[in-house]
Amino acid sequence: MTARIPDPIAAGLQRGWKVLDASTLAQDRTLEADVVIVGSGAGGGISAEILARSGLSVIVVEEGPLKSSRDFKMREAEAYPQLYQESAARKTADKAINILQGRAVGGSTTVNWTSSFRTPEPTLAWWRRQHGLAFASNDELAPWFVMAERRTGVIDWLVDPNQNNDVLRRGAAKLGIATGAIRRNVQGCWNLGYCGMGCPTNAKQSMLVTTIPAALDNGATLVTRARAERLRLRGQMVDELVCTALDADGVLPSGRQLRLRARHFVVAGGAINTPALLLRSRAPDPSGQLGKRTFLHPTLISAAFYDQRVEGWAGAPQSVYSDHFLDVDPIDGPLGYKLEAPPLHPLLLATTMSGFGEQHAAAMRDFAHMGGMLALLRDGFHAESPGGEVRLRADGGGELDYPLNDFLWDGARRALLSMAEIQFAAGARTVQPAHEKAQRYRSWAEARREIAALPQRAHVTRVASAHVMGGCAMDGDERRGVVDPAGRYRALANVSVHDGSLFPTSLGANPQLTIYALTARLASGLAASLTGRPAAALA
Amino acid sequence: MRTSRRTFLAVGGLAALALGAGGAWYRATHDTEPQRFALDGEARAALHAIAPAILDGALANDPARRERQLGSAIDAVEAAIRGLPPATQEEVQDLFGLLALRPARRLLTGVPTGWESADIAHISAFLQEWRVHRFAMMRSAYGALHDLVLGAWYAQPASWDAIGYPGPPQRLA
Ligand SMILES: Cc1cc2nc3c(=O)[nH]c(=O)nc-3n(C[C@H](O)[C@H](O)[C@H](O)COP(=O)(O)OP(=O)(O)OC[C@H]3O[C@@H](n4cnc5c(N)ncnc54)[C@H](O)[C@@H]3O)c2cc1C
Repeated sequence: MTARIPDPIAAGLQRGWKVLDASTLAQDRTLEADVVIVGSGAGGGISAEILARSGLSVIVVEEGPLKSSRDFKMREAEAYPQLYQESAARKTADKAINILQGRAVGGSTTVNWTSSFRTPEPTLAWWRRQHGLAFASNDELAPWFVMAERRTGVIDWLVDPNQNNDVLRRGAAKLGIATGAIRRNVQGCWNLGYCGMGCPTNAKQSMLVTTIPAALDNGATLVTRARAERLRLRGQMVDELVCTALDADGVLPSGRQLRLRARHFVVAGGAINTPALLLRSRAPDPSGQLGKRTFLHPTLISAAFYDQRVEGWAGAPQSVYSDHFLDVDPIDGPLGYKLEAPPLHPLLLATTMSGFGEQHAAAMRDFAHMGGMLALLRDGFHAESPGGEVRLRADGGGELDYPLNDFLWDGARRALLSMAEIQFAAGARTVQPAHEKAQRYRSWAEARREIAALPQRAHVTRVASAHVMGGCAMDGDERRGVVDPAGRYRALANVSVHDGSLFPTSLGANPQLTIYALTARLASGLAASLTGRPAAALA
Repeated sequence: MRTSRRTFLAVGGLAALALGAGGAWYRATHDTEPQRFALDGEARAALHAIAPAILDGALANDPARRERQLGSAIDAVEAAIRGLPPATQEEVQDLFGLLALRPARRLLTGVPTGWESADIAHISAFLQEWRVHRFAMMRSAYGALHDLVLGAWYAQPASWDAIGYPGPPQRLA
């Protein structure tokens, strides 16, 4: 069966793609190109294809490995160490928020859950008014969204939602709360439910199977298992990028170095790692904003137990959403939240569920009957929601300090209440928020009383994030943003930032499509300025 | 269990100090292969005592099977730690260093004698306190043990039967 699934990576390597696995280097190396791109995720992948198709020579450097459909065995024990930053156990400085980010060719898009939303209009309006980004409008961005959606195969997902998503739809409907169907970037999806471990059938149109292969077919070079350590600055210019080759496990340096020279450098390592690279490089930071205002859509989780089987591990992970609670208050009022249903797999679920011993084991025994719901808090629009700050640890690695304050806990409490109410409306027997002091509540009345009284505190309330944004904010005003509206790092003449770290706030929607469209626009501008010709479009 | 609560209140800010000291001591006495994390001696004994409390209700009752399950869970914890970035491995080593250090063990966990003789009830009691402790550091230490042990356990196909999880679709796995 597996043998019949075509493997575009194996085929490309056969065609002679230039791919260098830095863990195999016996000597230090120096490579040169027109443009060096750090990171092969959402922003790096889109940029690589546009720049390579525009006739520029491109090197993409990625600290993770090159894996493909035949490697994706849908096992958490293998997927997290191989495909995620810090084995999917990355945490904020105080360890109160667990952060999921990808670390393989394709970046987070290789492991993401395929939800595809355009940037919400209220967010764009805020960016226009508060951050001087005149281009941030539906009209101006529409062509870029259309191009990105075509390239990544975004479709209306017409298959029935799995039970876990249907619970959200049903419960919300009972309460008169509107839900919608989530569009997905898939082609010929088998509806398996293992998107988070890499797509074994290449249905997900991640950067791994779209833009990166296109860039390689257009002559780009991909260097894997090499970590961009620092940009070497000469005044306002960068002349080379020094990279550390990693060992085959991707954990420790192998002792080899790579020097990558280029006319221009695109940093697309994702929020946290992009600001960290610039901080390590001692990039000038006249605005003082480098690494600041990093947002997470801090995410609250509620589990519910039903009489019928839910089997949250099976089927498209996210297919139903509700924006109802984003619209209750103004965007700069108390925190609003988007509701979705996450995929449930044993390892991630077991670590997310609070408690231990018999209580935890009992919840796990009901795994097949368990449903999960998520609330993504829309951070970054209120003075009390300034986000976090990326700092360097002693070993030079980036770390996010994201203090949790009462403003945020207020949103968390309301989110846990909303989710429990919807879960009971959908017929849940019991509901248990991911909170160390929560019990399995047997009715909405009990849950309402108890959740309202739960102390909201770091570690006690479980908080997670798969959406890291900001830290290299784009802003029309040079005092407020480190990157200009063309994506250029203001204080360095030949450096651009093309990833989620550009966002001046969070989005209030899952970020991949915004990153695709935004970076397609920026990469096209960059290609035109480097070649003197209009840029090529995405395939 | 009231005794260990009182101990906690008395400890106060000493906890942070002890954690650092535990790590430094552990690293100093385990310098054979500084890059590679290894759980041995008292640190392994600590995990061997703590894991059954965290996995209570999931582990088999039969003593021989239980012992085998524990062994493989602890190996899996060790493997998981080795996949973490070096800086995080060092933090985990600090935690286990603390647990391996006799005075710290007594002070912070209230476990009076060696880890080998600690019983589940006692260990569960101090884990309960760490879970919601007023010091963030103790809560995060609990979080690390929780995630490492439960993550390693439920990563193993051997644990899936009990939770009714069929595993990934056979035709592709
Ligand atoms: C589990 C999960 C589920 C998600 N689900 C969805 C979803 O359903 N819908 C949605 O819209 N979004 C989703 N997201 C988020 C979305 O995928 C990300 O927001 C997006 O991919 C971020 O793009 P990026 O370019 O900023 O970074 P990434 O895509 O993360 O790419 C950054 C890449 O750079 C590499 N890198 C970093 N630092 C260095 C360095 N120093 N040297 C070399 N390489 C480096 C990293 O290894 C990584 O591969 C999900 C994310 C995760 C983790």
